Amino acid sequence: MTTHMLDIKNISKQFVKRLDVVAKLTNHLGAKNKEEVVHAVDDVSFSIAKGEVVGLVGESGCGKSTLGRMVAGILTPSDGEILVKGRDVTNTDGKEAVDAALQVQMIFQDPFASLNPRMRVEDIIGEAPVVHGIIPASQKAAYVEEVMARVGLDPEFRRRYPHQFSGGQRQRIGIARALAVKPEFLVCDESIAALDVSIQAQVINLFMDLRDDLDLTYLFISHDLSVVEHISDRVVIMYLGRIVEVSPTDELFEKTNHPYTTALLNEVPRIENRGLDYQPISGEIPSPLDPPSGCHFHPRCPHAMDRCRTELPLLQEVSTGRFAACHLMDEK
Amino acid sequence: MTEKPILEVENLETHFFTKAGPAKAIDNVSFTVGKGEIMGLVGESGSGKSVTGFSILGLVDAPGEVVGGKVLFKGENLIEASDKRLQELRGNKISMIFQDPMMTLNPVLRVDTQMIETIRAHEKVDKETARQRSRDALAQVGIPAAEERMRAYPHQFSGGMRQRVAIAIALLNKPDLIIADEPTTALDVTIQGQILYEAQKLCRETGTALIWITHDLAVVAGLADKISVMYAGRIVEQGDIDDVLDHPVHPYTIGLLGSVPGHNTRGTRLHQIPGMTPSLFNLPKGCAFQTRCPFADTTCTEDQAITRPIPGRAIRCCHPQREAAQ
Repeated sequence: MTTHMLDIKNISKQFVKRLDVVAKLTNHLGAKNKEEVVHAVDDVSFSIAKGEVVGLVGESGCGKSTLGRMVAGILTPSDGEILVKGRDVTNTDGKEAVDAALQVQMIFQDPFASLNPRMRVEDIIGEAPVVHGIIPASQKAAYVEEVMARVGLDPEFRRRYPHQFSGGQRQRIGIARALAVKPEFLVCDESIAALDVSIQAQVINLFMDLRDDLDLTYLFISHDLSVVEHISDRVVIMYLGRIVEVSPTDELFEKTNHPYTTALLNEVPRIENRGLDYQPISGEIPSPLDPPSGCHFHPRCPHAMDRCRTELPLLQEVSTGRFAACHLMDEK
Repeated sequence: MTEKPILEVENLETHFFTKAGPAKAIDNVSFTVGKGEIMGLVGESGSGKSVTGFSILGLVDAPGEVVGGKVLFKGENLIEASDKRLQELRGNKISMIFQDPMMTLNPVLRVDTQMIETIRAHEKVDKETARQRSRDALAQVGIPAAEERMRAYPHQFSGGMRQRVAIAIALLNKPDLIIADEPTTALDVTIQGQILYEAQKLCRETGTALIWITHDLAVVAGLADKISVMYAGRIVEQGDIDDVLDHPVHPYTIGLLGSVPGHNTRGTRLHQIPGMTPSLFNLPKGCAFQTRCPFADTTCTEDQAITRPIPGRAIRCCHPQREAAQ
């Protein structure tokens, strides 16, 4: 059996808003204040093979960032387990946990907020590898220059502060910081969403070069389907905390299985499409505080049946390598 | 088109007089928008696309100043118009929709209060008629249960709904021109689709002219009739949407189109424009794009004249890439 780079097994994450003192007191007096629970990620499982780029797509509030943060070890799952190279990283501590954390690095959306404005670039990039003993402190300068050159930054600039760089360059600093600890797996959370189109292309190309040079595996989180189509081998689509469809990229853009994916693909603006007659999907994204029963998508779905309102569709294999969570799959 | 265009912008120049020296945020920009026409104004951050919108409405604040050119709205020059006249026009005959609806709606007033106020500021109508019209406008932009929803406060709406309210307010006085500044950038894809649908329907049904300011070429491709591409304060290429996108001539437009990922680009390297947008304080002499342009030579350091190879098409480049485009 080949070991996957990453296996996610039934992970869930709930955020609970606990009752404050006033709410508890008024409850004693007969009020009915309840704890609010958001099921940000609900029973999600998938695997990523070594060297694969998986795109994770969904709209705001679908839980894609929460999932990415759990994979990167920033959040702990409420339930389920995450295996990196076959090793469970959710229940480890000490040296093993540190090793696991180093293997998975994250690149954030906002290149302005994710860099410490009071640190010089050489410290931003060089601090972690020294702390973790990847390089001796004496070699820090040389190592930082090497990493900076790799991401296309002029090593001359290593004494500068983040504010002296443009958005695209800052994003490169963020990438260099992640690469400095020699990870094998990168989680990119909307890493190019804040950049201008021409700069976006530069960073996408950089990601692809790094993948070839360093044999990296990516979880590429984005709301932008055209970027995901460009960069990923496989696409995972989420809606309100659940996976609705998993498919190899080529096949997904040829034929969709889940009505939500169909709607999403139709809405993607493309240069080739002119003078469109927009036929929008109706309705709003429901609040994750109070998700619809059964299939979360049923209030907006054009094919909704009675069954969809009550019964939760499970993710099932539709054809080789393709999964969808929709009752329509049983009808066929 | 024989009809006179709604808006004619001629050689508009807006400069910002800062401590570091004057920045030419808009440099000799001209375009026209006709009745029911949608023009996409595309550019990257700092290209001057939003300032163009503000200049038309007379909303440029110090240290910025419109220093030259004309903005003819149905023949009337808005640059010379008094503040009072501009107030009459803004929100009435010309409306603007901004990127972030949470910033444009007053959070402490109910939606109906804000809408009725907008109508009554420009017209003598009683409250009940104004309310009626507000409700119709909300229904028009696809807000279900408009009667109840208009009694809500802005924070009770979702992002997409809030943007619809902002659009409904822009529509209230049946404007002849709407300037929309990145109105869907903060929204999700499916919600963006809904807003684009409403915008398109509106222009077709009411003949409102629309300027859609965005950085997203793909959105403009589906929506607009014509397009103007801005770079460092200047329009570098403009023309009919199909014409420009299928046969781009300016190296910047070509580069921009090449850097958009799409069908059939998977696994390939995207075309990238080297370098980054120059600072407005430090523009090279002549063509602003020359430092990033693969075709640049010594002629590019001279001032670039606007050429019109075919009717309706304008380019500011001395090395138009016609061969490459065809």
